[in-house]
Amino acid sequence: MTTATATPGALRGVVESPWVGFVLRRLRRLLISLLVLVTAAFFMIHLIPGDPVRASLGATAPQELVEARREALGLNDPIWQQYVDYLRNLVTGDWGSSMTTDVDVSQIIADRLPATVEIAAYAFVLIMLVSVPVGVLMAALTRGGRGRRTELAFTSSSVVIAAIPDFLLAVGLVYVFGVSLGWVPVAGKSTVESYLLPVLALAIGPTAVLSRLVRVEMLTVLDADYIRTARAKRLPARWIYLRHALPNAVTTTLTVGGLLLGGLVAGTVLVENVLAWPGLGSTIVSSILSKDYPVVQGIVLVYGVGVLVINLVVDVALALLDPRSTIRES
Amino acid sequence: MQVFTGVERPEGLSRWRAGGGRKWAAGLGRWGQALRSPLGATAATLLGLVLLLAILGPILWGDRADAIDTSSLSQGSSSAHWLGTDSLGRDIFYRVLVATRLSVALALLATAIGVATGVLLGAAPWLLGRRVGRFAVATINVAVAFPALLLVLFFAVIFGVGIRGAVLAVGLGMAPYYARVTSTLVAGVSGRDYIAAARIAGLGRMRILLRHILPNIGEPLIVNATLGAGGALLAFAGLSFLGLGVQAPSYDWGLLLNEGLNGIYVSPAGALAPGVTIVLAGLAFNLAGEVVAKKVGLRTANVRTASAYGPVPAAAVDEARPASDKDTAPVLAVEDLHVTVTGPAGPVTPVRGVSFTIGRGEAVGLVGESGSGKSLTALAVAQLIEAPGRVDARRLEFQGTDLLHTRGRAKGIGRLLGTSLGVVFQDPTTSLNPTMRIGRQLGEVVRRHLGKSRGEARARAVDRLRAARVPAPERRAHQYPHEFSGGMRQRAMIAMAMMGDPALIVADEPTTALDVTVQRQVLRLLEEIRAQKQVAVLLISHDITVVGQVCDRVMVMYAGRVVEDLPSSELRTEARHPYTRALLAAVPGMAADRDRPLTIIPGRPVDPAHFPPGCAFADRCPLADDHCRAAHPPLATDGAGRRVACWHAGEPLPVVTEDNVGVGEAS
Repeated sequence: MTTATATPGALRGVVESPWVGFVLRRLRRLLISLLVLVTAAFFMIHLIPGDPVRASLGATAPQELVEARREALGLNDPIWQQYVDYLRNLVTGDWGSSMTTDVDVSQIIADRLPATVEIAAYAFVLIMLVSVPVGVLMAALTRGGRGRRTELAFTSSSVVIAAIPDFLLAVGLVYVFGVSLGWVPVAGKSTVESYLLPVLALAIGPTAVLSRLVRVEMLTVLDADYIRTARAKRLPARWIYLRHALPNAVTTTLTVGGLLLGGLVAGTVLVENVLAWPGLGSTIVSSILSKDYPVVQGIVLVYGVGVLVINLVVDVALALLDPRSTIRES
Repeated sequence: MQVFTGVERPEGLSRWRAGGGRKWAAGLGRWGQALRSPLGATAATLLGLVLLLAILGPILWGDRADAIDTSSLSQGSSSAHWLGTDSLGRDIFYRVLVATRLSVALALLATAIGVATGVLLGAAPWLLGRRVGRFAVATINVAVAFPALLLVLFFAVIFGVGIRGAVLAVGLGMAPYYARVTSTLVAGVSGRDYIAAARIAGLGRMRILLRHILPNIGEPLIVNATLGAGGALLAFAGLSFLGLGVQAPSYDWGLLLNEGLNGIYVSPAGALAPGVTIVLAGLAFNLAGEVVAKKVGLRTANVRTASAYGPVPAAAVDEARPASDKDTAPVLAVEDLHVTVTGPAGPVTPVRGVSFTIGRGEAVGLVGESGSGKSLTALAVAQLIEAPGRVDARRLEFQGTDLLHTRGRAKGIGRLLGTSLGVVFQDPTTSLNPTMRIGRQLGEVVRRHLGKSRGEARARAVDRLRAARVPAPERRAHQYPHEFSGGMRQRAMIAMAMMGDPALIVADEPTTALDVTVQRQVLRLLEEIRAQKQVAVLLISHDITVVGQVCDRVMVMYAGRVVEDLPSSELRTEARHPYTRALLAAVPGMAADRDRPLTIIPGRPVDPAHFPPGCAFADRCPLADDHCRAAHPPLATDGAGRRVACWHAGEPLPVVTEDNVGVGEAS
């Protein structure tokens, strides 16, 4: 895109620009979602039938210990008092401590989060790098009823691959690469090779979904009037595909890509458990099983915030790439 | 996941009222039809198999699956145990089969909970009024933003580990999705007339919801639920795999997978088998959902075009025509142009034998009803017909350059057409790329074909915008098409057509999509450009008066052929073809008697798939006789260069009476 030349009109443009309203709207939505998230995380513990502390410590724990722990957690205060305390503690960074190991929840998260973010980020990059070119190529090859067999092979294989959930893919990958071929370690995080399985397990399904979508979207865009206009300028095919068609196909691609990225966050939970990857996912499951509620609460918050941030980034990226999307909503 | 919300039904008709018992028959018929396609048959077979296994599995093999064989603990696959045994020596193959019932039943139960909760939530705005409803919608919107698995984990914490907790967690985790689907569907249906009628009749909201709204959104809901059941199955398998769902000694596929993964080195099949069954069962539900969705849901506009054509007949070779001098040669010479495109029932040729030339700086109008082939002629001239469409001609020359045999010269032809032939399309709203700034869109031609720098291209774009009377061209060049008004967009299109100093501008109905006031301005602009720059113009229009005002010459097309060609100045006085005269008569003058019906041409335009053997206009022509219907009249040129194709050219038309005016189709 051409860079904006600084003209006197540019400043006025900023004030009038739909961007201000757009940013305000998005911020409001983010705040509301955050509030809902935090409230849900707070009430999660209070909605557990029976006494969560008793459940956590086990039926054999002495009543005094349970009482002391309840007092320490503030569970005997009035509910609104607990809510306010919870909010204040969240803001000050006091996320409580594990009921089993006494380690600070914030410390646990700080230890475990990077491993999860790493595989999710690598997987996302891989998805985008593969699915966009594949989708565009497939659109070019199957346009106007051409390449029927290619289309059939591509569509059916991508449908089947997309139907396999990521944790099953992980099991399959463990079998192929770990057990049969013995190329990579089947579990844990150690060498560079150990990233291969979790990243592939997370990326393969979404890649199949997204490349199919990019193809369909490109086919629609290629039938648009402005593509005919571009052809009337006798631009080379590659130029038309990449500069005229692709930016118009990117809106849907990115929207779905964002959803997939949110889905990746969830996918990490299962994939980490299959591959014993030391991230948040394996921690939250073990914490749920050991009824270590403060840890679960903290990790749920982190996942939730992660999803919200991803949604925000996708929205902003969309607005930057497709100037109409900001206008459309106002 | 896709949301299918397509309920297309006559506006005023409730499904409930539409036809009692027949409703289900019709519904089943469509579903049955859906299942007869190859994909549908696969889905039905797979789903039937899964359900059959779910019912029969435990009855047939329940004992064998639980039989403990201490002599073969954790064995690999053998003839006795196809998939090996688990740590207690139980046969994994039978366990996988038996586990079908629990896996499927729990998934269906969770789906039922999810759908029921979702429908209640989604219908809340309808049941509880606007204020509570808005709160419900806002909550749904927030909840939908989170991946279902996170919601499932959240509820799993609340309801605890185990079957009951997992079913509730999966069900409630899916509920926001169904709530979103329901609220969208309800919003779509609640505005319909039959709902209003029911409300006026005094029915309660709950009653209307149950009797009128739900039946009308039932199909898409069932489709989504079927798709969702597949998702629930996978989610449940995930939970059990994590140890949060089914607990031993009960077992489902997820738990078997968990056990199998521990022994993957000993017995890979034990880990892979439950995985494969999970995928197959999930696929069964997904496929069934998609097949049904395709049938009852959104009808995807999947227009397939036949790609196979007979061998292309070699275009008649041009008899060694000497490269004519560019200054005296016509800008455009077309002889015997045929355009073939793919129709619904195979290839049709809507343009069949069009010949004309356009001189330097000449403005020629091409007039006809929709379907006459005028736009295809324009696209063919501009070389914009795409495969599988095909252009054949005896001669097609632009600026003395042959456009038919372009092999090996594609780049040169591209530059010639890109710079010397400008095209203005009908709808400037859709014909400009919405994601590209106007200046950059205009500059592309000179960047590509004349090798100009970005700055030079931009300067020229601003210059051409100014020439096209776009105010503040510097600022406008930096804007996107959506920031332009309709008229301004068309000016930008015209500016784009002028970027390379064209010799010919092809304008395909350039004013049809514009307001009447703006139409005049755009036409005047085209006239000015032509006068100043000596640009030839080929103006396509259905409006014979517009063409008469702007052009030197008017060609009238009917059914893929030119039927008359004469100077605009003689249009009112010298038109000889009955069709041309009918077109002229159909134009209401300022003095038209408003009490009389508008004059129209009776009958319909000819379908390009069924051209009659004789004159195509014969069926609508007051002068037609048997000869007209038998032989098609040639396009004859008179001494003054006017052309007409009619056996009765210039004969007086019968007087129009009340009887033969009025009932036909307007053009």
